[in-house]
Amino acid sequence: MTPAAGNLLEIRGLRIAIPSREGELVAVSGLDLEVGRGDILGIVGESGSGKSLSMLAVMGLLPRGMQVSGSIRFAGEELIGRSPRQMRTVRGRRIAMIFQDPMTALNPVLTIGAQLAEALKIHQPALSRRERRRKAIELLELVAIPMPERRFEQYPQELSGGMRQRIVIAIAMANDPELLIADEPTTALDVTIQAQIVEILQRLQREKGLSIILITHDLGLVASLADRVSILYAGRVMERGAVEAIFHRSRHPYTAGLLAAIPSIEGGTGRLVAIDGVQPSLAERGPACPFHPRCRFALPICAEREPPFTWSDDRSMTACHRASDAPFTGALDAG
Amino acid sequence: MALSISQIFVERRRRLRLPRFRRRSLPLILGCVIVGAFVLAALTIDLWTPYDPVALAGRRLQPPSLDHWLGTDALGRTLYGTRYSLPIAALVLSVGVTIGVLFGAVAGFLGGAVDAAIMRLADITLSFPPILLAMAIAASLGPGLFHTAIALIIVWWPIYARLMRAQVLNVKVLEHVDAAVTSGTPPLRILVKHIVPLCWAPILVNASIDVGQVVLLASGLSFIGLGAQPPTPEWGQMIAEGAASFYQWWIALGPGLAILLISLAFNFLGDSVNDLFDPRSRRPA
Repeated sequence: MTPAAGNLLEIRGLRIAIPSREGELVAVSGLDLEVGRGDILGIVGESGSGKSLSMLAVMGLLPRGMQVSGSIRFAGEELIGRSPRQMRTVRGRRIAMIFQDPMTALNPVLTIGAQLAEALKIHQPALSRRERRRKAIELLELVAIPMPERRFEQYPQELSGGMRQRIVIAIAMANDPELLIADEPTTALDVTIQAQIVEILQRLQREKGLSIILITHDLGLVASLADRVSILYAGRVMERGAVEAIFHRSRHPYTAGLLAAIPSIEGGTGRLVAIDGVQPSLAERGPACPFHPRCRFALPICAEREPPFTWSDDRSMTACHRASDAPFTGALDAG
Repeated sequence: MALSISQIFVERRRRLRLPRFRRRSLPLILGCVIVGAFVLAALTIDLWTPYDPVALAGRRLQPPSLDHWLGTDALGRTLYGTRYSLPIAALVLSVGVTIGVLFGAVAGFLGGAVDAAIMRLADITLSFPPILLAMAIAASLGPGLFHTAIALIIVWWPIYARLMRAQVLNVKVLEHVDAAVTSGTPPLRILVKHIVPLCWAPILVNASIDVGQVVLLASGLSFIGLGAQPPTPEWGQMIAEGAASFYQWWIALGPGLAILLISLAFNFLGDSVNDLFDPRSRRPA
């Protein structure tokens, strides 16, 4: 594990709870993660695993009523408990976010240029009109948009999906943030465009030293882009560490199941394999390992106690009572 | 670089916009022509009628003739009413819409107690029949065109507050608003830049239809003596005078027709504006 001092973002024991009539529902529990400067961290998990909520917590944008505890340190400063006004100086300036669907993430009544200028205006109000325009054009060039002068005057609906996602990235990069949170940045795009977006993100990391958190369902995307990965399930980290370690030497049955579920091109046309069962709902989450009802390797202890983290190698750790029995081959059968 | 297919479509659609606009909108043209004629008449009437509207002309109570197309009334006035009715409608709507849009946008954006307070106020106002409430307010303020306008503004703003609030509620959950929040945009700026500009369509449609309504209601108030006072040549007031002298039928006919035409014209306009903004409601050509 990298020394704590070098980390840009460090989350320790993050817990997000939603009060309800039946007692509080714990959406995220005991979440640890860290992103080094210039690192790309992949966060993989099903819908409802808590990955988006955790990122909203980082941005300070959790819906009112949710209770957050734990620690989120960004560049050494604690973010939890900051006032909305203080958070606004972080959002967009030091931490930027891009969304899944570029079709809806842009304001339909403003030109591309106006939206870029808007992002600059908020955090760098001292810039003159001309400087803003020059910077905006530079940003468009940064994300490899041809004919930036022309795009400047166009409205979002005049551009293709891939083009719009690049604009969204350009807007996110407007104020040279240190961390970019990309929430499924390629899910809504077709495969050839996905490759272009991946390339742009890689270039930004390389040239600008940008740290990226990549939230995704797409294990292939994580493999091609991320250095490290966290596997989330039902609000907890199942396994985390270096991508190659997790992908090649997984010591958790859930990760093994996810990897086994990727259809391969040699796999023929049989049924797709899947992990049986569904993720426990918020109300069903107890102190045990959340994955045990679906786990083919579960022992009686799995239903009783939450598994502790054990080191897999010097950079990776796993939360499984049976981690020492890995590898979990045959985590799934073709049904 | 060659244009992509989608760009070509965009270019083509740009060029096509005008012809399609023409083909589909006979009511729009009709509405524009009638309104245009009235406005033109109001602006230039001094140039082509040799008569002073409030001067006591020698030829009173004349039926329509070549000299006096619409006849003359007891005070020998010709049709000058447009100069009063249209500005009143414009004033009422611009102020009413502004107040309504402001309150509605704030209510929808903030929600909670502010929303509840504004909307209950609007509900209370809307729970009275508009003509009754306007009469009550105009009566308590005393007669006069300006008081009529105030009364109508008080009656009118809640409609726009409601419309605007509904629009804001729809728009504020769109993703580009979240995107603006995540880039650190302050709340007021989000409302002004990213929400309000997407809310205008129904407001404009409603306002263009309402012009006719306001003209009607303002004339109504004048008719019952709460609005314009003689000798102001306001339509409602002129009809009231005409109603007293039944055998000089042309006195009421002129302003009556004017009210009818202008309401109709604005309804046409409103419909067409609606069609332009909302492609789903567009009738087949």
